[in-house]
Amino acid sequence: MGLPLEQILIQTINGLVNGMILALVASGLTLIFGIMDVVNFAHGELVMLGAFTAATTLATTGNFWLALVVATLVIAVFGALLQVTTLRPLLGSGSRTPQEVALTTILATFGISLVLQKYALWQWGPSARKLQEPITGQFTLFYLQYPWYRIATALLSAAIIGALYLFLKYGKYGIWIRAAIQDRVMAQAMGIPVPLLHTAVFAIGAGMAAASGVLFGPLAGVTQTIGADFTLRAFIVVVVGGMGNLGGSILASIFISLLEAYASLIVSPAQAVIFSFVALILTLLFRPTGLFVPTPK
Amino acid sequence: MLVLDNVHTYYGKSHILHGVSIEVRAGEVVGLLGRNGVGKSTTLKTVMGLVRPSEGHVTFEGREIGGLASHHVAHLGIAWVPEDRRIFKLLSVMENLRTGLDRAGVTDAKKKDLLDKVYASFPVLGERRGQAGGTLSGGEQQMLAIARAMMLEPKIILLDEPTEGLMPRMVSQIHEIIDVLHRDGVAILLVEQNVPLTLEASDRVYIMEKGVVRHHAPAADLRANHAVIHQYLGV
Repeated sequence: MGLPLEQILIQTINGLVNGMILALVASGLTLIFGIMDVVNFAHGELVMLGAFTAATTLATTGNFWLALVVATLVIAVFGALLQVTTLRPLLGSGSRTPQEVALTTILATFGISLVLQKYALWQWGPSARKLQEPITGQFTLFYLQYPWYRIATALLSAAIIGALYLFLKYGKYGIWIRAAIQDRVMAQAMGIPVPLLHTAVFAIGAGMAAASGVLFGPLAGVTQTIGADFTLRAFIVVVVGGMGNLGGSILASIFISLLEAYASLIVSPAQAVIFSFVALILTLLFRPTGLFVPTPK
Repeated sequence: MLVLDNVHTYYGKSHILHGVSIEVRAGEVVGLLGRNGVGKSTTLKTVMGLVRPSEGHVTFEGREIGGLASHHVAHLGIAWVPEDRRIFKLLSVMENLRTGLDRAGVTDAKKKDLLDKVYASFPVLGERRGQAGGTLSGGEQQMLAIARAMMLEPKIILLDEPTEGLMPRMVSQIHEIIDVLHRDGVAILLVEQNVPLTLEASDRVYIMEKGVVRHHAPAADLRANHAVIHQYLGV
């Protein structure tokens, strides 16, 4: 049985939309890993907290876009505090071995993740909160009504990632961040305040995670597990795209999302995630440095 | 200006520096000679705050800096040009320079002055300002590492084996830039294996062996007395 072209096109659009939101989560995750070698297991909880903060703000103000900005900023500040109080002491002043830093920071972020999940359950309860989308219009895509809001989330995600790219490429602090990603010790010896930069990057990553939670909230409903789904995919993406490689993560987000979208034409959507894992395993087997990075010399 | 007094450092359990005492006065070029693995690079790293001294003092302009985080050390006016150059390979030449240039309190006019100066000393960096640092040749990367340090307008530059692996033409260019910095009043602590260059470029020379300073003399004395050089360095 051949697949109708319409279905393929619809799944392409779905894959791109999901890929852009995923890229928003993954680019923060990969940036945090790139600059401080911390695998942030609490990243999904930052997505979740962003969505809840937005739901609360929306209930108070009635303005979705305001809620998006408030949630992003609040969670960015929260991320900065989290980094200063928990990760900065563990990163130390170079006296710990990379293995010690990796182990202690994984345990710490995993612990933070559990605490935040239980906090959310206690604070907001187990039932899903509705986050009303600001754009309710739909357009006809072949035989179905496709919400404009989904297109808007993809465009907005792309805009945020684009802004991050321009900041990293041309901004003074962007150059500092790229320098510190390449050689932390040398960057600091050039007078760049690397510990402060770590905090700033964690805040940026947290803010982007929150933004993706807010954008995704209307599509899924806000629960304390909204982040878990993202974290799993974001980790696949970060590995497939090459740890710490921003461009690679963005391409891998789109690649994995398209892969799952096409796979769900053949198998059920719940089984489609298997294809992502196969991609992950094949990447680890044959190209452990990542699919979307130049061959290391 | 920069004083190391009886500095001991360890890497894990291995004792690297066994009480090193060195002084560099303002505007002075001081050579630090010694065979491989005697602790010359570690001495520079200790000053830079990359290795914490377990004993002894490092002071800069009278202030204790032993164990200070390296970005604070850099802010005091100490720049480091490491042995392996450590340029940011994926950053362009201009971006490499900007890591030192984009400091608080540097006006646009000042930035232009500093850039004009390094482009005058190293024209090739001007020609390749948009090119990724990793695509430069070894000698060009060395120039970039020195130029990047100059962007900090340092009072002293810690220069670690700048001529290692370079062609003779590049070596004389590095020698020239050391003289230019010297004339501008920048102090230099020069770690080298190249004995003739060190004796010519330096005012004073320290010779290290197994983690301690064994000999200390004005460079002019050592130029006249090769026996000492032969005794410690075997050349």
